[in-house]
Amino acid sequence: MCLSVPSQIVALHDDEFAVTVESLGVRRKVSRHLYMEPLEVGDYVLIHIGFVMNKIDQDDAEQSLALYQEIVESHA
Amino acid sequence: MNSHTIELGHGGGGVQMNRLIQEVFFAAFGNELLQREEDAAILPLPSGAQSTMAFTTDSFTVTPLIFNGGDIGKLAIAGTVNDLAMMGAKPQYLSCSFIIEEGLPLATLKAVAQSMAKELAISGAHIVCGDTKVVPRGCADQLFINTTGIGLVQKPGLSASNVADGDAIIVSRDVGCHGATILMNREGLELGSALASDCATLWPVVEALIAADLDIHALRDATRGGLAAVVNEWAQASAVAIELNEAAIPVCDEVRGLCELYGMEPFQLANEGTFILALPAAQAEQALTIMRQFSPSTNAAIIGRASHSEQQAGTVVLQTPWGSQRYLEVPPGELLPRIC
Amino acid sequence: MPEPKQLDIKQLYDGFRDPATVRQLARTIAHEAQQLLQPLNIMEVCGGHTHTLMKFGLKELLPENIHFIHGPGCPVCVMPKERIDHAITLAAQPDTILVTLGDMIRVPGSAGTLAQSRANGSDVRPLYDPLDALTIARQNPTKTVVFFAIGFETSTPMTAVLLQQAEAQGIDNLLFHINHVLVPPAVDAVMADPRVRVNAFVAPSHVSVIQGADIYQPLVDKYATPVVVAGFEPVDMMEAVLRLVRQKNAGAAHVDIQYSRAVNREGNLTAQKLVADCFTVRDTFRWRGLGPIARSALQLKPHYQHRDAEIHFRAILPEHELDDHKACQCGAILRGLAQPADCRVFARGCTPERPLGSCMVSSEGACNAYYRYQSPQRAAG
Repeated sequence: MCLSVPSQIVALHDDEFAVTVESLGVRRKVSRHLYMEPLEVGDYVLIHIGFVMNKIDQDDAEQSLALYQEIVESHA
Repeated sequence: MNSHTIELGHGGGGVQMNRLIQEVFFAAFGNELLQREEDAAILPLPSGAQSTMAFTTDSFTVTPLIFNGGDIGKLAIAGTVNDLAMMGAKPQYLSCSFIIEEGLPLATLKAVAQSMAKELAISGAHIVCGDTKVVPRGCADQLFINTTGIGLVQKPGLSASNVADGDAIIVSRDVGCHGATILMNREGLELGSALASDCATLWPVVEALIAADLDIHALRDATRGGLAAVVNEWAQASAVAIELNEAAIPVCDEVRGLCELYGMEPFQLANEGTFILALPAAQAEQALTIMRQFSPSTNAAIIGRASHSEQQAGTVVLQTPWGSQRYLEVPPGELLPRIC
Repeated sequence: MPEPKQLDIKQLYDGFRDPATVRQLARTIAHEAQQLLQPLNIMEVCGGHTHTLMKFGLKELLPENIHFIHGPGCPVCVMPKERIDHAITLAAQPDTILVTLGDMIRVPGSAGTLAQSRANGSDVRPLYDPLDALTIARQNPTKTVVFFAIGFETSTPMTAVLLQQAEAQGIDNLLFHINHVLVPPAVDAVMADPRVRVNAFVAPSHVSVIQGADIYQPLVDKYATPVVVAGFEPVDMMEAVLRLVRQKNAGAAHVDIQYSRAVNREGNLTAQKLVADCFTVRDTFRWRGLGPIARSALQLKPHYQHRDAEIHFRAILPEHELDDHKACQCGAILRGLAQPADCRVFARGCTPERPLGSCMVSSEGACNAYYRYQSPQRAAG
C-alpha cells in the first residue's frame, strides 16, 4: 500500500510481461501484469512489491516541482 | 530473553545479539577484559614488556562466497586485520581455520586462498598457524572461515569509552556498501547494479594517522549493525551525547536506492572497510587530509560531534536537513524489507 | 515558459524532499493555521505516512493547533492474533512452506512469531515479490506452499496475479491464506466511534493508485471532513497539511488529490478487474483493536476455493478469538484515541525488540515509528 518507489524504465520485455527499471543506480526486473497501457523506455513508473502499479505523470511532476521552486524563490 | 532457540536476529549485530552475549556468554565466562567489548583485547603482558599486545578473532560465514568487490577470503583477512588496526595495533600474525562443506569445488577454495594472500600483502601480516575441517554435505553452508589475529599496539588508549566532549566524529567513506551488496546478491532480492562491497584493509591509513601523532580517542570499523551500532556503542560507553548531521553522512546513490526500495536505513547496513574516528575537533581537518590520500577513504567526512550532556548522555541524535531532530537507534536483529 | 527538460529521477526524490520547500510550506502553514477556529486533528491512515512524519520530523515543524492521529493503515498491525496463529500452525505442518511478506514474520501470535517458528525448524520464507512463491512451489513439487497474503488494496492485485499465474502455469501445490483488508470500512469504523476527534484526513494514496481517489467520497459525504490524497515525500505531506488547513478555513470538505503525479479519480482499472475476478468480500472480519467490521476483508471466489488454505486445513486451524495483552494499547492507538506515548508499556515493557503488540513490531506501526524516530526535543521535555 505504501512503500512504492519511483523508477525509470530502461528495458522492455514484452514476451515476459515485464520491464527492467532503474532507481538511483539499482536495476530490477518487475512485472507489468497490472499495467496494460503502453510503456516506453524512459517512462517513470511506481513499483510496489515487484509490480508496475502506475505510470508517473512526468509533466505533472515537473509542474509541481516548478511551482515549489517559485514558492521558495518568491519568499526568499 | 523471551526465546528458547537461537534466531537469525541473534547474529544481526544489534540489540538481540547484545542480549545474547550478555545473558549467555558473559554470564558463563565473562571477565573484565572480555566485557570491555572492544574490537580487540589489549593483553596485559609481563612487567618490563615495551608495549601491549592486541588480540582478536572473527568468523566469516557470508553467502554468496564471492560478491561484487570481494569474497569470503578477502573478508576474513581484512576483517581481523581491521579489528587490530582499530585498537592501534600493527597486524602481525594470524591463525586461520577452515570449516569446509563436502562438495565445495576445489577451484573455489583455491580462489579464496589466493584472495587471502593478496589481502595479507596489504598489511604485511602473516598466517602462521591454522586448521582445516571438512564436514558432510549439509552441515555447513559451503565454507566458514575463522581468523584470529595478534599485533603489537603502536597507539595505546584507543577505546569506545574514550570519546570526549568536543570530539569530531569522522566517517572514512560512504556507508552501507557491503550490506547493500550482500542484500542484492541474496536470493530473493534480485537486483543488478554497479554497487560493490567496501571490503578493504584499513591498516595503511590507520598507520598514517598514528604516525601523524594525532590525539585519536576512538576508532572502530562499522561492521554488522553499521554506523548506527558504532556511534551508539560510543555514546553509551563514553557517556556522551553524539549529534550527527544527516546531510553530512556520505551515502552513494545505489545504497540510497536499495534503502528506498526496502524501507531500510543506510546507517544500519554492514560495512567491511569503513571506519569511524573520534578525535579533538581542532585536529579533524588534518585527519581528513591524511585519510583522503588512501583509496579506502578518499571521501572521508566529518559527520558530527560528541558532547557532554546530562540529559542526552548515551544517545545519538540525527539532525535532519529540515531542522528537525530524531534519535538514531541501534538496529534491531534481522533487517526485513518494509512493504508499506 | 522555458522548454521543460527531461525529468531526472533524482528530482523525483530530491525535489519532493527539498528542505527549503519544506521549510517554506511550514511557514505558510503556521501563518494560515492561525485562522483555524478549532484544532485540526488529522488522521493519517497509512503506515507509510506515519513513517514519513516521524522519519523527517515533520510534526516538529507544525504549529501547536495541528495534531496527527494514527489510523489503522498497517496491515500487519490489524491482524488479529488468531490469524497469526493460523500462519504458525500452517508453517508447522509437515512438508509445508509458508511464504509471506517481510515484517509479518516478526509479529507475535499467542505463542511466538513466525521467525521463532523458523528457528524451530518450520520452513518460513519472507518474500519481497509475491511471484517468488511460484518459483518456490515449482522448486518443491512434493511440498505444499502456502502464501499468507496480507495488505490493503494496494497489495491485493499482486496476489490476484499470483493466483492467476498459478492456475495458468498448472502449479497445483500453491495455496493461499487470504487476509486482504479494505481501507474505507476501517476508517468508517473508526469514525463511527463518538469519542473520535478526527476532523481531517490524509488519505492512503497508493491505495488510490489502484482504487481511484473517488473511494474517499463517501467519507466526505458522511462526515463532512476534508480529505487530501497525499504522496509520501516530506513536501507531499506538508503540502497536504496546507491544503487541509485551507479547506478548513474555507469551511469546505472535498476529496483533493495532492499526489496528482500518480493518482487520479478512477484508479487502475486492470488491477480492479483482476481483483474482482478473484475475490469476494467477507461478511465480517475481526480487526485487531477494532473488533469485527462488516464487509471489510476479502476471500477467494468459489472458482479459486481449491486453493484456499483455510478450507484445506480447516480441521487444524485454531478458531478461538484471542485478545491482546492487558497492557497493550494498540486498539486505542489504531482507533486514533491514544498516542503511543499514552501507553504505559510503550518503550518500557514493549520495544521493537520485545513487542507486546504489533504496532511495535511492524516498521509501519505507529509505536515502532515513534520509538525509532522520536524527537529528542520532546524526550528532553
